[in-house]
Amino acid sequence: MIKVDNVSKHFGGVKAVDGVSFEVESQENLILLGTSGCGKTTTLKMINRLIEPASGSIYIDDKNIMDQKPEILRRGIGYVLQNNGLFPHYTVAQNIAVVPNLLKWDKQKTEKRTAELMEKLHLDASYLSVYPNELSGGQQQRIGLARALVSDPPVLLMDEPFGALDNVTRSKIHAEFKALDELKRKTIIMVTHDVQEAFELGDRICLMDKGKIIQSGTPAQLLFDPVNDFVKDFLKEQRLLLEFKTITVRSLWHLLPSDEEIKEVGSGILVNNKDNLWAVLERATFLKPKRLNMVDLENKEAKTVSFESLMAAFYQYKNHQAHE
Amino acid sequence: MNEQQQTLWQFIQQQSGKLQEQTLQHIGLTFISLCIAVLVGLPLGILIVRRKRLAGLVLGIAGVLQTIPSIALLGFMIPLLGIGPKPAIVALLLYALLPIIRNTYTGILGVDPAVKEAALAMGMSKWQILFKVELPLAMPVIFAGIRTATVINVGVATLASLIAAGGLGEFIFGGISLNNTNMILAGAIPSALLAVIFDLLLSMVQKISFKKLKRVIYVFPILLIVLCLFYIVPAKSEGKLVAGFTPEFMGRQDGDLGLRSKYGLKIHTIVISDAVMYKAAFEKHLDVISGYSTDGRLKAYDLVVLDDDKHIFPPYYAAPIVRDDVLKKFPDLEPTLNLLADKINDSVMTVLNYRTDYLHQSPERVAKDFLVANKLWRPEKGGSDGIVRIGSKIFGEQYILANMYSMLIKGYTDHEVSTKTGLGGTKICFDALTNNQIDFYPEYTGTGLLAILQASPKTVNEVTVNRDSTYNYVQRQFESKYQIKWLKPIGFNNAYALMMRQQQARQLRIKTISNLKQFLDRK
Ligand SMILES: Nc1ncnc2c1ncn2[C@@H]1O[C@H](COP(=O)(O)OP(=O)(O)OP(=O)(O)O)[C@@H](O)[C@H]1O
Ligand SMILES: [Mg+2]
Repeated sequence: MIKVDNVSKHFGGVKAVDGVSFEVESQENLILLGTSGCGKTTTLKMINRLIEPASGSIYIDDKNIMDQKPEILRRGIGYVLQNNGLFPHYTVAQNIAVVPNLLKWDKQKTEKRTAELMEKLHLDASYLSVYPNELSGGQQQRIGLARALVSDPPVLLMDEPFGALDNVTRSKIHAEFKALDELKRKTIIMVTHDVQEAFELGDRICLMDKGKIIQSGTPAQLLFDPVNDFVKDFLKEQRLLLEFKTITVRSLWHLLPSDEEIKEVGSGILVNNKDNLWAVLERATFLKPKRLNMVDLENKEAKTVSFESLMAAFYQYKNHQAHE
Repeated sequence: MNEQQQTLWQFIQQQSGKLQEQTLQHIGLTFISLCIAVLVGLPLGILIVRRKRLAGLVLGIAGVLQTIPSIALLGFMIPLLGIGPKPAIVALLLYALLPIIRNTYTGILGVDPAVKEAALAMGMSKWQILFKVELPLAMPVIFAGIRTATVINVGVATLASLIAAGGLGEFIFGGISLNNTNMILAGAIPSALLAVIFDLLLSMVQKISFKKLKRVIYVFPILLIVLCLFYIVPAKSEGKLVAGFTPEFMGRQDGDLGLRSKYGLKIHTIVISDAVMYKAAFEKHLDVISGYSTDGRLKAYDLVVLDDDKHIFPPYYAAPIVRDDVLKKFPDLEPTLNLLADKINDSVMTVLNYRTDYLHQSPERVAKDFLVANKLWRPEKGGSDGIVRIGSKIFGEQYILANMYSMLIKGYTDHEVSTKTGLGGTKICFDALTNNQIDFYPEYTGTGLLAILQASPKTVNEVTVNRDSTYNYVQRQFESKYQIKWLKPIGFNNAYALMMRQQQARQLRIKTISNLKQFLDRK
């Protein structure tokens, strides 16, 4: 668990971070979201003491980070930089082995762990003897991730890890990121200025502006219960998309008719109630089904509805949220 | 051209032993100083990365050192470290420092901050970051600095010969003084080759990829040390006297060669530049030096000339030389110029030189004081009966003489005077005279004999037995060959001479070169 308590940092006259507090539960994925220059990176770097806070305190597992030697503290925290920060004079294998060497692992252990990670990150073992400049941006980013993960630190800090990638590569890596079991065990703080990425990967989001946290909460809370106009405006452009991505079939389940009669003849698709609306829509545009066969595997229930009923349920849900 | 190449080749073959020795000394000098410069510069560069406030100061000092002319820097070293390899190495080291410090500094600062931050974030300590990240990544830039320093050092090391540290400069400067092209080339070509070869080798090292860099990192220091060993620091023989001769003197029959053949003089000799030689003798780094008998420094540093009792140094009596047609045009010129005849002897000339060179009095004032004291001075008549053009070579003594002649002509005749002083060396002056650009200038009998007439060794032997025979010979030859007349000698003899500190010479009772030989043999 990480606790950031009323932390501030000034650079000359600039208040980069101004009385920021938040907590991250263990194995939670917290996103620091905000426009450029709002203090995300500064906040992140104070957690592994790359920057020392001017005031306030930070605890990891109830231990004040100031009570530990910075080198020791950092070896227990994985850190992924925006432009990967790989050592250009080290091979991929050497890059991944930096922290194990600092921790004085024996060679075999390092090699075994490296091979394991390479496989999990879908990187061919032949890349091990290659230098970073011979890899693509996406591959470099994965190596950066492998380097941060190699010693299996409980905490992972990521500063715009996918910022340098094109959209296609990024959504592919997003998918892998969500599927990676290594990451499910970790407490992650990730910085991004990309709203979609925040909604896709975050369990909770801290929306920052001018060094302060404006709102922190789940994606749904930010979307349907914004504390002020800033939050509303921040999400405005991609609102519909975000709503589709945030709302799952399960949350609409009670609004769906259970005995709808569908007159049209045609094929149907099977929909898991864990799917979000965006996933349903994507498949629907491709397959053009006449009926949606919804299943709730936990409660062993099923409903067959038309596309129109699903949309009706969606608007009903939104109205309800707004008036709550 | 063909002949020239052949003789250069012959020269190199003839002197191959010396050439090899000088080349090895040269390499050794370059790399010992480079080694030390790396040992000093690298940590300094690292220090100023850490303490940025020092950066301006350190780079500033190193920069200033670099701008000191090399010969001056060598000169500064003598009072501190004497002569020989020590001051040369220190001077070279100071020159090599700037590129190494600067490139270490910029190289480390140029390392991608993201990479440094990654290293820090992974828990590396300051020193681990320095050795594992900053230095390896800055290496190409640092190597570029070492490369620059090496090339500078190969060049500056030629000057080391001027303070008796050896190297290829011995040939180069000897050749320049003796006007011996083969000798210059025998020194210049190898030193240029060394610069090119080292530059090439280091540029190859610089371009090596990270993969092979590791191996090179270990090989490089070893190579450096091996190269250093080339320089076997010349041991100074204890007890005996040490001689310092100019490169020119070393190569002349009327110099070191004559001393050996005619006197059988065997003395531990080092080669040194005229510019620092007198001072080195004064400071007891040298005991016997080769110099000019009327040099002002003789007086400044309290040195005495040893008598050349076997007459190996040809006489260099000064006298004005005038074209015949000028004498015809200005009949009163000859008696006027002859007013100075036999008026200035060696010691008087030395004092006059001392006043201009060391007391920095103007040649004009020194000339006037002398004329007034000798009751030769007369106020200007302000006449306008034609212009007499006076020339002079480019050193103090000639300026003084030109001023005296100018005052005499203005005081005793109705002619106007124009002076063209500072006409470089003998050749320029003499050409100006024969081409009717000047009317006369003061020349020396020895120079006339050897440099202008280029007399054969046999003739030289015959006519240099005394003052008059030399004078008569050049007078005859100039008249018939160039229609130029040697007027009466002024009196002093600005010849080569061996000199010692007055006190030491007295103590050892050495008055002549033969005395010196006896003293050396006795020991
Ligand atoms: N080392 C520093 N010196 C001076 N000012 C700094 C420094 N680091 C950050 N700042 C300032 O602090 C503020 C916050 O910077 P920070 O890097 O935390 O922003 P960010 O939210 O990460 O922005 P971005 O999305 O562009 O990376 C900015 O105004 C920045 O100019
Ligand atoms: Mg940032």
